[in-house]
Amino acid sequence: MFQILSIKGTINFLRHAVPISILSLILVIGSLSSLAVKGINWGLDFTGGTVVEMEFTQAVDLNKLRSVLTSDETDGALVQNFGSSRDVLIRLPVKEGVKSDLQVEHVMEAASAVDPSVMQKRVEFVGPQVGKELAEQGGLAVLVALICILIYVSFRFEWRLAMGSVAALAHDVIVTLGVFSVFQLEFDLTVLAGVLTVVGYSLNDTIVVFDRIRENFLKMRKATPEEVVNTSITQTMSRTIITTGTTLVVVVALFLKGGTMIHGFATALLMGIFVGTFSSIYVASFLAIKLGINREHMMPVEIEKEGADQDALMP
Amino acid sequence: MLNKYPMWKNLMVIIIIAVGAFYAIPNLFGEDHAVQIVATRGAEVNVSTQTQVNEILSAKGIAVKRSELENGQLLVRVANAEQQLLAKETIADSLGDKYIVALNLAPATPQWLESMGGSPMKLGLDLRGGVHFLMEVDMSEAIRKMTEAKISDFRSDLRSEKIRYAGIRNTPKGIEIKFRDADNLAKAEQFLRTRSNDMVFTDITSGDDYQLLASMSEVYLKQIKEEALQQNITTLRNRVNELGVAEPVVQRQGAERIIVELPGVQDTARAKDILGATASIEFHMVDEKADAAAIASGRIAASSQIYERRQGGQVALQKAVMLTGDHIQGAQPSFDEYSRPQVSINLDSKGGSIFSNVTKDNIGKPMATLFIEYKDNGAKNPDGSVKMDKIEEVISVATIQARLGRNFVITGLDHSEAQNLALLLRAGALIAPVSIVEERTIGPSLGAENIENGVQAMIWGMAVVLIFMLVYYRGFGLIANLALTANLVMVVGVMSMIPGAVLTLPGIAGMVLTVGMAVDGNVLIYERIREELRAGRSVQQAIHEGYGNAFSTIADANITTFMTALILFAVGTGAVKGFAVTLMIGIATSMFTAIVGTRSIVNAIWGGKRVKKLSI
Repeated sequence: MFQILSIKGTINFLRHAVPISILSLILVIGSLSSLAVKGINWGLDFTGGTVVEMEFTQAVDLNKLRSVLTSDETDGALVQNFGSSRDVLIRLPVKEGVKSDLQVEHVMEAASAVDPSVMQKRVEFVGPQVGKELAEQGGLAVLVALICILIYVSFRFEWRLAMGSVAALAHDVIVTLGVFSVFQLEFDLTVLAGVLTVVGYSLNDTIVVFDRIRENFLKMRKATPEEVVNTSITQTMSRTIITTGTTLVVVVALFLKGGTMIHGFATALLMGIFVGTFSSIYVASFLAIKLGINREHMMPVEIEKEGADQDALMP
Repeated sequence: MLNKYPMWKNLMVIIIIAVGAFYAIPNLFGEDHAVQIVATRGAEVNVSTQTQVNEILSAKGIAVKRSELENGQLLVRVANAEQQLLAKETIADSLGDKYIVALNLAPATPQWLESMGGSPMKLGLDLRGGVHFLMEVDMSEAIRKMTEAKISDFRSDLRSEKIRYAGIRNTPKGIEIKFRDADNLAKAEQFLRTRSNDMVFTDITSGDDYQLLASMSEVYLKQIKEEALQQNITTLRNRVNELGVAEPVVQRQGAERIIVELPGVQDTARAKDILGATASIEFHMVDEKADAAAIASGRIAASSQIYERRQGGQVALQKAVMLTGDHIQGAQPSFDEYSRPQVSINLDSKGGSIFSNVTKDNIGKPMATLFIEYKDNGAKNPDGSVKMDKIEEVISVATIQARLGRNFVITGLDHSEAQNLALLLRAGALIAPVSIVEERTIGPSLGAENIENGVQAMIWGMAVVLIFMLVYYRGFGLIANLALTANLVMVVGVMSMIPGAVLTLPGIAGMVLTVGMAVDGNVLIYERIREELRAGRSVQQAIHEGYGNAFSTIADANITTFMTALILFAVGTGAVKGFAVTLMIGIATSMFTAIVGTRSIVNAIWGGKRVKKLSI
């Protein structure tokens, strides 16, 4: 059989746990401070405003375009290329007393002064109120997701493991947001979808490891918790590499081929897959050990007859 | 025996996949260019319309591929976009303005498939172009209107009960009714309490100031808002129909917002004018006691109000509304005998009886038509909502010649005003003004580009994954690939089956992601089988243990992902919802194909036999 990894014995993953956890901690603190200082480059979905995407017949000089966007209505416009040098995206902030239609009209006028056969591809306007509500809902969604997971994992596994998985998830979400903050990448609704998907994906990884930990605690009667965790991670390693690999492949395909409108989404996933795989080992499992997980916690709960015990899901 | 599926289980797998595949088939046929014909009020689309349309088209030399009459609308399919445009113009010209003729893209699903419920996935606006509006209803205006209606109810109620009151006015706290003495107040309070139980009455008398405060109850407020929203949705639906757009969407979102989606619309300016225009009319009697001098000095009766006339000048009208636009059933622009534009109006039966009563008592007196319009002036209220200007104009003053019934005409407008008024009246009045708080317009070329990109990403991602699985797991890899393909077909099938599911660009991303993540189930199982083999188990035992042990892991992992997708669905809007839907469907189908689907193939090939070596 053909194998990427052929592992003899058990790899002592936890030996590096302390320095790596410190690195993780630094990443989280770095992300948090970037979020505090630089904040997030909120996209139109959350701030409100107007976006106009247009296609010119040939490469266009952005500075020239900027210089013609000087009317009161288009003041403060952000001009950037979008996908190719012919595609241009213009973002306009919400202005007191100026209708978005008027802003779009002025932008198109200015653009056709540069290139008469410019084509309008997309116009989006979001009211500031709607944007604010959406941002609140988005934050709430991530929080609710984390809480639901905490409850589910506590119920299916054990609270120490649940704490570990939620810490890993929070870690992934914070670092992903941190990257968006450091590089000031635009954070729109699809990115939020990406972040939530990261939550799901990272949890996938964590659960696979935990499942094995639970199983091994029952099998390896004399082993220490560290040995059990090391064995479990080693056993699931090739699966983790393969699944991460295939998911990475499709996300890269999305990033390269999926078009500019889902670039943010793909970026968030790309980040999340790396961080998520890593955190399932060094954050989730390590924290569970630090919380003192041991064999007793894993013993099946004795429930008299027809109880909803853990084997209920087995076929 | 180990690794043998009972017959019913194999059959179940085959049937489920076959059903999924069957409903995925309509997506292969693409779309026909079509023209959709819908009747507006007073007209009907029937078999004779169908023959008429077919004749018109064959006279023009346009070949009709298929013509279908369904739910009161006619769909005519033609060969290409050029013929489609020509057909639309030809039909619109000869049918007249009682019909809405719109361009449409109809799924080219064969009839036998369609009759079995087969239809392709619906594409979101980001994939086919069009415009999306999110509109907000101005609830304070709806409440103000109801308050005014209440005030006039109180007035007439108290008058008919002969309870004397000193004045009624609207304050921010509620409606204040003033009395000269405690006796009248007590009588009024008792009477009004029994009359309107949706109001809360409080005695706020202080000293000699005998006052009763009437405020709306919570339940009543909620009811007003609900009704305003529902009525606006109905009205917007009618207006959208007037635009002649195929397959529009008008949907409520939350307590105060309405989503309007118009696929394929390019002329957004006109769409906005029609949707956002909140015009209505009211009929008032002219206050004849107020002469020009009184109007100029502003000294008129409290029950009257001065309005501008569209033709210039001012006129005083009685505040009491004789009839509101709600009762208008139909309105057509036409010309009178001097070929001046006019709007003929017909009322519903209730409106007709109200109108015939009031006009009977007022023959020979002047009646005015008040035109009310709310316009977005671009400014914002402190809370961020859009500020609307209320524009009220008297468009005509006419002497009532005779008792008017359900049909009458309004004159005094120019041609385009008559056209617009008729259109707006026909579509019904908005009970409260709406404003556009979100707008997204996607050009059709961008939509096509988005599909192209999504499909490209899917092909590349899928190809790499399939090749890898085949090389890495060989025989079992092939089985996993079959499962993966079946999974994709089933996602498409389920998406096509669910009536509300819409494919969006993030939805395609969700499908691509499912491809990458769906192999996880098989990878878990296969790695486990390898492990068991390494541990020295027999082939049959290894397969059995592999599937068994991996099951709870797969279930746990997928349930949690499903939960996050569900949360995403709950908070997301539009395109993101589309992503959540495909992700959820993908998780469900991939669990099925990865666990049960591959197992039935594995069992069929290796199960219950003497096998020395597995191709894994």
